[in-house]
Amino acid sequence: MGIIKLTIIDREGIAHELEAPTDMGMNMMEVCKSYELPVEGTCGGMAMCASCHMYVESDHQLHAASDDEEDMLDQAFHVESNSRLGCQLHLSDEMEGLVVRLAEVGD
Amino acid sequence: MIETDILIIGAGPVGLFTVFEAGLLKLRCHLIDALPQPGGQCAEIYPKKPIYDIPALPEVLAGDLVDNLMVQIEPFKPTFTLGERADTIEKTDDGKFIVTTNRGTKHIAPVVAIAGGLGSFEPRKPPVPNLIDFEDKGVEYIIKDPNFYKGKDVVISGGGDSALDWVVFLADGVANKVTMVHRRSSFRGHLDSVQKVEDMAKSGRVTLLTDAEVVGITGHDHLNGVTVKTKEGEKHVACDHWMPLFGLSPKLGPISDWGLNVTKNAIEVDTFDYSTNIPGIYAIGDVNTYPGKLKLILCGFHEATLMVQSAYKRINPDKNLVLKYTTVNGVQGF
Repeated sequence: MGIIKLTIIDREGIAHELEAPTDMGMNMMEVCKSYELPVEGTCGGMAMCASCHMYVESDHQLHAASDDEEDMLDQAFHVESNSRLGCQLHLSDEMEGLVVRLAEVGD
Repeated sequence: MIETDILIIGAGPVGLFTVFEAGLLKLRCHLIDALPQPGGQCAEIYPKKPIYDIPALPEVLAGDLVDNLMVQIEPFKPTFTLGERADTIEKTDDGKFIVTTNRGTKHIAPVVAIAGGLGSFEPRKPPVPNLIDFEDKGVEYIIKDPNFYKGKDVVISGGGDSALDWVVFLADGVANKVTMVHRRSSFRGHLDSVQKVEDMAKSGRVTLLTDAEVVGITGHDHLNGVTVKTKEGEKHVACDHWMPLFGLSPKLGPISDWGLNVTKNAIEVDTFDYSTNIPGIYAIGDVNTYPGKLKLILCGFHEATLMVQSAYKRINPDKNLVLKYTTVNGVQGF
């Protein structure tokens, strides 16, 4: 348990190097919100809105997306093979050095 | 013209509970909501999800919370304008507000309480250039009347239940030709509708394009086809209609033009009584913001309770109010 370093690239292409704790049950959507990065998290983290859609840019092997997450990604836009919902990426020590890029928000 | 004491914009849990607290003060309420049923996000997005932070309810399904609120407010006979979005507001000479919906229904009240959550639910629009030019000219986000597509060639995008169900329905003797475009090769909808679509694809009644997405629209005055990007490259599919069915997402919408102070899609309020910068208009629940704001249903209930006290004084400036406990008086309905 501890603090991991993360890089979040915003929609203007600016890389934010952040630290986040792994023992608070946080997910990547919440990390973005806590640093006031432009992620809405409309549904509160239930994989029901895709407003925290992001791309995993580093080669971390994260757990596969659940059916709920895939379902929601089906309703999102600009979806790529490395697309994930930030709210479903729960911080763990294995995510040290993770790099993600925020997806465009649809209209 | 619908007249009431407190006109509530948004029939989510906080809007509904406002009816109860207002009713205890003998104030009548009418609610407007863009969705066809009360309950807001709880009913539309996650009715089967459990909520654990409602005081004294260790676990309650969001849909049950709404049902219980409807029972709780029943004595106060709330009335509803459902399936219509509150679009414009104007002030009358005697200090009341007239709120008109997108369908022209007019409401008048001395107090307006905006409990709009994250806004009204609008269809998600795919990022296709010139999409807006073809809205209602071959592009429809919501299928209102399936007979509209009789004998037509249609393309449906999306992989959810709604898209699957409409493909099955329209391919069963309604439309002439049905093409379904889905971004993956598998579907996660209800198994029986997935099976039906796959059977229809095998028998040729549905053309299934998977690992594909619509990236362009062709046509002049009316859509005449869409460009579909697949793994093999782009191809043109001639059609009369394209229905992108990607669900709904909330938008603050017209309320942002009502002259209220808005920061980051939320309405600024005074935490004394959750009043906005316009006297007589209040904002409660997820739609408001103030230092320390938390978007929780239980906080919205608190905000609603304090708000109606202030609303009462505005409606009855000459009357003094005493807090009444339901344990003493029970609930005296209308």
